[in-house]
Formats: sequence, C-alpha cells, structure tokens
Amino acid sequence: MSTNGNKATLNDHEQRTAPNGIKLPIYMDNHATTPMDPRVLEEMLPYFMEKFGNAASRNHPFGWVAEEAVELSRERIAKLIGASPKEIIFTSGATESDNLAIKGVAEMYREKGNHIITAVTEHKAVLDTCKHLEKFGFRVTYLPVQKDGLIDLDDLKRTMDDKTILVTIMAANNEIGVLQPIAEIGKLCRERGVIFHTDAVQAIGKIPIDVNKMNIDVASITGHKLYGPKGAGALYVRRKNPRVQIVPLIDGGGHERGMRSGTLNVPGIVGLGKACSLAMEEMPQESVKLAGLRDHLKNSIMSRLDEVYINGSMEHRLPGNLNISFAYVEGESLLMGINDIAVSSGSACTSATLEPSYVLKALGTGDDLAHSSIRFGIGRFNTEAEVDYVADRVVETVLRLRELSPLYEMAKEGVDLKNVKWAAEAH
Amino acid sequence: MSYSDKVIDHYNNPRNVGSMDKSSADVGTGLVGAPECGDVMKLQIKVNPQTNVIEDAKFKTFGCGSAIASSSLATEWVKGKTVDQALEIKNTEIVKELALPPVKIHCSVLAEDAIRAAIGDWKKKQEATKPAAVQTVQ
Repeated sequence: MSTNGNKATLNDHEQRTAPNGIKLPIYMDNHATTPMDPRVLEEMLPYFMEKFGNAASRNHPFGWVAEEAVELSRERIAKLIGASPKEIIFTSGATESDNLAIKGVAEMYREKGNHIITAVTEHKAVLDTCKHLEKFGFRVTYLPVQKDGLIDLDDLKRTMDDKTILVTIMAANNEIGVLQPIAEIGKLCRERGVIFHTDAVQAIGKIPIDVNKMNIDVASITGHKLYGPKGAGALYVRRKNPRVQIVPLIDGGGHERGMRSGTLNVPGIVGLGKACSLAMEEMPQESVKLAGLRDHLKNSIMSRLDEVYINGSMEHRLPGNLNISFAYVEGESLLMGINDIAVSSGSACTSATLEPSYVLKALGTGDDLAHSSIRFGIGRFNTEAEVDYVADRVVETVLRLRELSPLYEMAKEGVDLKNVKWAAEAH
Repeated sequence: MSYSDKVIDHYNNPRNVGSMDKSSADVGTGLVGAPECGDVMKLQIKVNPQTNVIEDAKFKTFGCGSAIASSSLATEWVKGKTVDQALEIKNTEIVKELALPPVKIHCSVLAEDAIRAAIGDWKKKQEATKPAAVQTVQ
C-alpha cells in the first residue's frame, strides 16, 4: 500500500488548522508507521551524544553504559511478549527480522525437510523471502484465506507433512488488521514439531502476545509500528522447549550470539525498548480507546453512506484498524479529495505495480471493490475530534465522487454492473 | 505521486459533469474502461446534425484524479469542434496539457477512446436514421 501523496508539502499543511481547531493534515495511517512517542525520544537522546559507546566494548565504561542500556531494552521487549531477554536478537527492522527468521530456519533445518507453509495475505517481506527459497529447492505452500481474512486451520493441518519445517503466519495483517488464530497455529506446530514463526510487527504492543502461551518459536518485531524509532527491530528466537537455531544472514563480529553480526544501533534499541515498556503499561486502556474511536469512525461513515463494505473480520481485528471499500468510487481519487488526511488505499493507482491490493483480492473482494478501498489506521495520538473530521470529509468526498461516477449512476438506474460488457477488460 | 496544478484544478472543479439522454438521435455516448481496471469513463456529445458541430459534451468518470481530469479536459476540447476535428484529438496532447506522469498515460488513452466511442455511437445513430436508399448508394 502506498499513501496519499498530493502535491502540497508537509510544511504547507503545518500552517493549516481546521475551523474546529484540529491541526491538519491528520495522520491516520498508523499501520504504515507510527509517530514516535516523545517519551521514547527523550530516552533515546543521550545515546546519540554523551552515551555514544559501542555496546560490544567490554573494557571501558563507555561500552558498559551502552551495553547496560541494550540489556535493559532486551528485558523490556522480552517482558512484553513473555520471553526471556536472551531470546531477543536485535535487527534493523521487520523486513530483516522476517528474512532472518525464514531463511535462517530454512537453512538450519533443511536436512530435516524442505517444506514451508505461509499464507497469501502475508507481508511481502515474508512472501518474497519464501519465493526466494523456492529457487533453492524449498517447497512453499501459500494457504488461502477465508472471506473474513483468517486462514482455515484444517487447511493448515492438511498441508503439514513430514517434510514441513516451518510455518510462518502473521499475527495481525497490515492492511485489514485481521488477527490470525496464532495460539491455535502454535499448538498445531508444537504437536508436530514444526517451527512456528510469526510476523508480529502490527500486533505487538496492540494486542497481548505471549510466546509461551501461544507456542510461538520465532517472532518479528519492529520499533516504528509501536511509537518507537525506525531502523530498530528485533527477532524473538526460542531458546528452550524447543531450542530453535537459525543460520545468520550477516556474518561478522559474532554479535547477538552469532545470529546477527554488526555494531548495535544503541539509540534505536533504547527507543524500541522504551516503546515496548510503554505499550506494556498502556495497552489495556489504549486498546479500548482505539477500538472505541475505530467503531465511532465506522458507524459515523456507514450511517451516512450506502454500499460501503468492510474488508476482513470485525471480530478478529486490531483495535485501530478499519478497511472499507466505497463502491463506485476509485480509491486514489478519494485520497485526492481528502488530502488533508493521511490514509492509504488498496487501489491499483496508488501502487507501484498498478495491481490492486493482493490482500483484498485474497479475501475474494472483487477488483472493483479493491480499487475502492481505504485503510484507516487509528493510533495513540488520534482524538475523537479528528475521527469526526475524517468521517465528515470522507462522507462528503464519497458523495461528490459518486455524483461523478458513471457506475453509481448505472447502479441507481438498476443496471447490474456484473453483466455489462465493458469495452476494456484489461489494462 | 504528485499531481500537476491542472489535474488538481480539473479534479476540484470538473467541467461538464453530467448526463444527456442517450436515446436522443443527436447524442453520442461513449462508455470505456472497466471497473476491474479502476477506470470507467462515460463521455457524451450532442451534435448539430446540420453542421456536425459538437454543441455540448458531458462526462462522468470512475477513476483516479488523472482519469477525471483527462475526461473533464476532453469535454472542454471537443465542444465547438466538428466531429472530424474532435477525432483528431490525440491522447499525447492530453498528456502534455495535464503534465501526466508515465504511469497515468493510460488515463489519456482512455479519454481519447471515450471521444472516439461517443462519436462512433453518434455516427451509428446517424446511419440508422438515414433513409435506406441513401445507405445503399455506396
């Protein structure tokens, strides 16, 4: 998904204030990235200048200070997911964590088997990594999802065989916010001795994740989806019951128990740790608040517009996520109309490939409705006044664009658009 | 992606939005694109049968801002032209006028297709309304 990118710069927008005092533009794209929490930045700042030491310097206080900070972060991250600190490996972010988990497990266990199971709605960091492994003799099963976006556990069971070494299924989807049945998947994997990796970057800090209760063996984490810094991520790698081993992607000084060499990004790691401890403290109240705002947004839009469809399960969903298709309105044109609000669309026109969202297509959403989809990602710093403003702007823009839409006119005349013979059936 | 000022202007103030009676003999309707592709344009022209001049044009478009702007511009350009002159409008001129980036060139192609389809529809109606004897002369 790419974001709304109209011509005006952020500086132009910073000057603007809506009549009710709301600062524009409004940021409501918190699945793409979250703004950093000021409390996180505050904790990071000393580690750029006065506490600049290399955490691997064992012989002087500069190194000790950095190492101490890194170890505190390791504890904080571990605590959030019920792990032990030694099971946390620092990386540069989610994409590296996913690559390290999948390639690292595949290479380590390839004598045991060559079969990997994932799902079609995974992030590209997982899908493309699996595709890469297919070129090297691995067999990958891409599980379909049901209409609500969840995988069918029976499909998973049927697909597992004695060559299956890894199941990689995300905890929460980045487009539709749908939560996969992680605990059930973990249980199935554990029973069969298959390693279970989950890309948990959208879920951690938003919903409770416990690696032991859920039988998770490897989990990807990143700082910038939970109000921490970009470029700082982690991988949880289980150390016992069972011990999971991975082959490193990056060789070098043997940092991070040999799994990820490279001098540690101390300020980033400090920020990631602080972000996790804040999430731990605030998740219970924050998730209630976000779900409330999300439901308010949904009701405010849906009570005023017809032919609006929610993509993915509302029941199994991240609290701050709403993904809606506005029939007869193309997503990019809608983004253009609400250019004082930062959200994303699954429209082909907003993607580099000119293909509509593969996630929505996997749910069985037609291409026409995939083109009409908008993802709202409500986060820690959004307010009810902002949600009201967003709902009003979306409703008025959809109404305006429907007046402009030949499809809306035809539908109102009773034409069944599915039966129309369109002049161009391809791009 | 950034939009040119002209695209933004057409998007915010689209010209000639609306519909005409598609059953009228003087009206030609072009409907091009497909919902699955994310672009559908309906362009209609009203032609003076004596002079072949396009006296009015209307459009409705489902599509991105560039698609809306391309079809809005197309209605402006065809108005006042004869049918033959309108057929000479090239998508490249639309690209130039709106400063469309390469990924949006298909929007201009669709607008050109819409003009051609509308004129084609009008011509078909003209043929149909001509006396049979005239048609067989060829």
